Amino acid sequence: MWDYSEKVLDHYRNPRNVGKIDDADLIGEAGSLACGDSLKLFIKLDGEKIKDAKFLTFGCGSAVASSSILTEMIIGKTLDEVRKITNKDIADELGGLPQEKMHCSVMGQEALEDALKKYYGDDVEIGFRKESKDKVVCTCFNVTENQIWEAIKINGLKTVEEVTNYTKAGGACGRCKSVIQDILDTYYKKQEAGSKLTQTQKILKIGKVIEQEISPQLQKDGGDIELIDIEGNKVFVKLIGVCSSCKNASMTLKNFVESILKTKVDKNIVVEQVL
Amino acid sequence: MIYLDNNATTKVDEKVLEVMLPYLKGEYANPSSMYDFAKKPAEALKIAREQVRDFYGADDIKEIFFTSCGSESANMAIKGTLNCSKGKKHIITTKVEHPCVLNTYKFFENQGYEVDYISVNSQGELDLEELKEKIRKDTALVSVMWANNENGVINPVEEIAEIVKGKSPETIFYVDGVQAAGKIPMRVNDTQIDMVGISGHKFHAPKGVGALYVNKKCRLTPLINGGHQERGLRAGTENVPYIAGMGKAAELAKASLNYEDTEIKRLRDKLETGILKQIFNARLNSSVSNRVPNTTNIGFEYVEGELILLHLSDYGICASSGSACTSGSLEPSHVLRAMGIPFTALHGSIRFSLSRFTKEKDIDFVIEKMPIIIDKLTKISPFQDELNKLRKIKG
Repeated sequence: MWDYSEKVLDHYRNPRNVGKIDDADLIGEAGSLACGDSLKLFIKLDGEKIKDAKFLTFGCGSAVASSSILTEMIIGKTLDEVRKITNKDIADELGGLPQEKMHCSVMGQEALEDALKKYYGDDVEIGFRKESKDKVVCTCFNVTENQIWEAIKINGLKTVEEVTNYTKAGGACGRCKSVIQDILDTYYKKQEAGSKLTQTQKILKIGKVIEQEISPQLQKDGGDIELIDIEGNKVFVKLIGVCSSCKNASMTLKNFVESILKTKVDKNIVVEQVL
Repeated sequence: MIYLDNNATTKVDEKVLEVMLPYLKGEYANPSSMYDFAKKPAEALKIAREQVRDFYGADDIKEIFFTSCGSESANMAIKGTLNCSKGKKHIITTKVEHPCVLNTYKFFENQGYEVDYISVNSQGELDLEELKEKIRKDTALVSVMWANNENGVINPVEEIAEIVKGKSPETIFYVDGVQAAGKIPMRVNDTQIDMVGISGHKFHAPKGVGALYVNKKCRLTPLINGGHQERGLRAGTENVPYIAGMGKAAELAKASLNYEDTEIKRLRDKLETGILKQIFNARLNSSVSNRVPNTTNIGFEYVEGELILLHLSDYGICASSGSACTSGSLEPSHVLRAMGIPFTALHGSIRFSLSRFTKEKDIDFVIEKMPIIIDKLTKISPFQDELNKLRKIKG
């Protein structure tokens, strides 16, 4: 059971402004049936002011609640005011959404943007996103690089999982997860940690990480590890003691040794076992 | 409260609880101990093992092993078998297995095993020809669920056992019986099935206890090493109260199989037709007759499943959904996708699963409320043109 706020419960039970406006001035759409949620937003203008707004939504409780509260947030406001609304504003207005449901607030924001685009034209920056030459990262849910970038920026996302919760990117086949990680890395400029090291510095660092962090863990299980050689990003190691005869040795190497070296030293490191 | 999610878990039968209580109170001795005080718990295990043997329709109590849950039973069968068939690196299973089985095979795939996943048709029925073709000399294990948890479809496991053994006698055939237990009769001694896993809480025993039937001819390594319990195949002091409870639950379930096949089936069919007749955008996801009698899975087109469940819950009705949103995984049910359910209904599929505690008035209530909910949610849907078309066709 999701931990929905009272406001979310109220809005999915009694959604406000349901329906369509036949003579709408602006219509915005986001999501798709295949992806599991979809929103159509209708806006009636009175000059620069939003006179009325209605919505139709296919989606879960939080998707309906996000759509419903969005109509309340924009009715009576000027277009210039609603341009600044972000997904975070929608979620905040609902008293928060579960992490895994943040993408519902993003859908609200996207439908609003889509509507406003018809007023301002494609090139004007609306909300958080510039539409120009955007590359699709997640083909399952059609999420672009800019969408991910801006979701990271607005919500301070730190991990791939968080990006998935907010944008759905990587939530289906998962093939784009490494690209998302790259976007995160670029955003936080963490790349330099690895690339700035000289080869000598890198060798010293690898030795230190193995000695101080990896070896003590393996010793606890009655084994150990020995650093044999380093060739570029290839690290050759030998497993000793019980580790050497363990049938999970390759898992230990990949999931433990390599993953620690990747996060601590360089994400391009590959660990090879010397027998 | 109306509980129609019995494939997720069931209510503990009062009679089961009664059997359990002495071992949670005064009779706390370790059944392996030597003194008289340990006699009753040891006796309780014996009785439960006999009850579960009878439930399975197995020949010998030595073929019954107690575990902690259905997932443990599956892991014990799968890992135990593969450990004993070194050199054979091929496994066959289905696309619609429960995640506890599927993810175990994913694990072995990463370990260098080759795994074939057999398809199902739009009704959820297994492609037996494809299965037969895939069997090889180096197939260590074939693994097929007895009944599917989402659509209730029963697989002809007796026939599959013959296909497997006919083509490769050494290949082990594991059946995940979790969703069949208590719903349809099991007579493993009449079949060539090697192993069947079950889980107590699916047939009115508490959570935290399961069993594995292992044919005498099979060789297994233990999943949990340690003491001599369960003939050395599953170490750990026996969970006496829960095992005793599961034994009683098995006895009660066997006794009510006929009720399951008549009365529960009647109520399930009533619910099914009641909903389909009244709601134009409802479609039955599997209509085959060889389904467990308690399960129905209905798709509501252009409406989302979590939203339906939330509204059902507001009426006190518990059901479940193959919708992506309910699991948090963003992906709709792998079972419904394997069946090729159109995506217009995929996200709005609801499973109702009954039990012997389901009352006729419960079903009437759901039949009454369901159209109100779907009508409300259909009005919110952005796919009004598509819905209007559907209304005309069905109208």
